[in-house]
Amino acid sequence: MNIVVLVKQVPDSGSERNLAGDNTVERQSANNVINEMDEYAIEEALKIQEAHGGEVTILTMGPERATESIRKALSMGPDKAVHVLDDALHGSCAVATSKVLAAALGTLNADLIIAGAESTDGRVQVLPHMIAERLGVAALTGARKLTVDGGTLTIERQTEEGYEVVTAATPAVVSVWDTINEPRYPSFKGIMAAKKKPVQTLALADLGVDAGEVGFAGASSEVVEHAKRPARSGGQKVADDGNGGVALVEFLSSEKFV
Amino acid sequence: MAEVLVLVEATRDFAVKKVTLELLTLARTLGSPSAVVFGADGAAAALADKLGEYGAEKIYAGEGAEIDGHLVAPKATALADLVKRVQPAAVLLPSTQEGKEIAGRLAVKLDNGLLTDVVELTADGIATQPAFAGQVVVKSKVTRGIPIATVRPNSLTPTPAAASPQVEALEIALTPADTLAKVVDRVVEQKGSRPELTEASVVVSGGRGVGSGDNFKLVEELADLLGGAVGASRAAVDSGFYPHQFQVGQTGKTVSPQLYIALGISGAIQHRAGMQTSKTIVAVNKDAEAPIFELADYGVVGDLFKVVPQAAEEIRKRK
Ligand SMILES: Cc1cc2nc3c(=O)[nH]c(=O)nc-3n(C[C@H](O)[C@H](O)[C@H](O)COP(=O)(O)OP(=O)(O)OC[C@H]3O[C@@H](n4cnc5c(N)ncnc54)[C@H](O)[C@@H]3O)c2cc1C
Ligand SMILES: Nc1ncnc2c1ncn2[C@@H]1O[C@H](COP(=O)(O)O)[C@@H](O)[C@H]1O
Repeated sequence: MNIVVLVKQVPDSGSERNLAGDNTVERQSANNVINEMDEYAIEEALKIQEAHGGEVTILTMGPERATESIRKALSMGPDKAVHVLDDALHGSCAVATSKVLAAALGTLNADLIIAGAESTDGRVQVLPHMIAERLGVAALTGARKLTVDGGTLTIERQTEEGYEVVTAATPAVVSVWDTINEPRYPSFKGIMAAKKKPVQTLALADLGVDAGEVGFAGASSEVVEHAKRPARSGGQKVADDGNGGVALVEFLSSEKFV
Repeated sequence: MAEVLVLVEATRDFAVKKVTLELLTLARTLGSPSAVVFGADGAAAALADKLGEYGAEKIYAGEGAEIDGHLVAPKATALADLVKRVQPAAVLLPSTQEGKEIAGRLAVKLDNGLLTDVVELTADGIATQPAFAGQVVVKSKVTRGIPIATVRPNSLTPTPAAASPQVEALEIALTPADTLAKVVDRVVEQKGSRPELTEASVVVSGGRGVGSGDNFKLVEELADLLGGAVGASRAAVDSGFYPHQFQVGQTGKTVSPQLYIALGISGAIQHRAGMQTSKTIVAVNKDAEAPIFELADYGVVGDLFKVVPQAAEEIRKRK
């Protein structure tokens, strides 16, 4: 099975994050990491490869420094990577990003495309369906479990009331939550091997996408302003003197919750 | 007045979800609300009264096995056809997994901008969105097409405004690509009496400090006394104390209730990501330095195993 994993580099969700002066995600000063959910996507791809053979390719659209995340992803075990890199991409909206990723996928002939269910910077949760829409293939999204039986894929998808079992034939896009597996840590051997794995760089021209369709020029939405949310000021803090529970209810009652 | 399409979210036994009523309330400020119901046969008729009560002037019904038996794609196709036909002023969808997925496909089909996790939308199309765990507030707008916005549950208070909508059945023309992902089974796991986490006006969450799955009974008891939902930190979920779908935070649910109570939760940045926009925050933690106190409107420094049972007892007394 020929598998492509979509990996995005994001600013670490454990640190302060902000938007830059041009209203795009501040990546310059941020500690940039692999989008957490994408590590689960890589793990799932590697498990399928171990069971069924085939090749695993990482696909990233992102600036120059995304190379670090690509190498890190490769150190977990995938065979190669494709990096879509072009200055014109800066400021791209989700609609344009899906166009670029779909165009890149068009060159890769994947049976199975695995993505994270959402990215921690945008949290938009839309790319997998947008890509499936453009490619005209099935999308099995939000998987907490994936089984592969020949060319048939079946997922369990968590819902508010329980879960759904959804099935489709390859080729398909699958997106995964962190309940699906436990990503492996790269081994020392893996880290060394990753340095030599092929990373192909593609520019927009290679994909037949016009620069005017992406970036700020082609954006379908725009941030008009952003501001730091004023920090919540801590309120009252009382030490439990044996009556903490009663005091708590007193507060809840004064706020009309009881 | 131009129509504003509202994607209806309902339970499988045909109860309109609260977020739908919020969307209708918001839609009334933007134009004339039309509810779009997708589901099994009979869904629209079953939901019509409630939708009318909150101001739906029209109901479009896309029903049947084709729509209900496949994952999101047929709904997006039907919705795109409807948008082309009625030229609405905006399309509002709930900011839930399915709502976002439909919105994503719709945006691609119409080559239209998309705004997700919206908490406010003005008549001139400016959306307010919390970003980065609520640390930043962003204002944005669609620059190509109409506002297609997914709106977060609990962003506004739903208010009734009676209307008597007619139901119009949608003619749905699907392409083969729409029916590739088949839903072959739906399993109801647990459907208690508690409100849904993202819709609840009170959420009581437990963290690692709760200590065990058994001890989560304390959290549940307090939640039930307050008519609230139960949430959990990732550490509590990873330790197996409580199921994953109740996780609040960066990689779990985002909640924005009137009241959020954190029990034995330290308040890590990734946890805050899911609860920081709650109206009132209360914390019980034995560590006076725990970061959760930085955002708590009321904090008790103490042992939750003493404080919570006492609070529960006191609420019972007052009832
Ligand atoms: C990429 C990423 C994503 C993440 N996503 C999430 C997420 O979605 N949600 C989330 O919650 N976390 C998330 N985390 C984890 C987060 O960083 C914290 O590890 C987690 O929130 C800690 O949970 P906790 O507060 O329950 O546990 P701890 O940090 O261990 O805190 C337990 C608290 O309980 C208190 N306590 C102990 N015993 C008692 C007692 N008897 N009475 C009163 N208080 C007591 C302690 O003082 C302590 O403050 C994520 C982390 C990463 C790296
Ligand atoms: N620039 C990108 N490059 C590669 N994959 C991406 C990119 N943006 C999003 N993705 C993939 O799409 C998933 C969902 O992202 P999102 O829709 O942005 O929340 C991510 O977890 C990635 O797998």
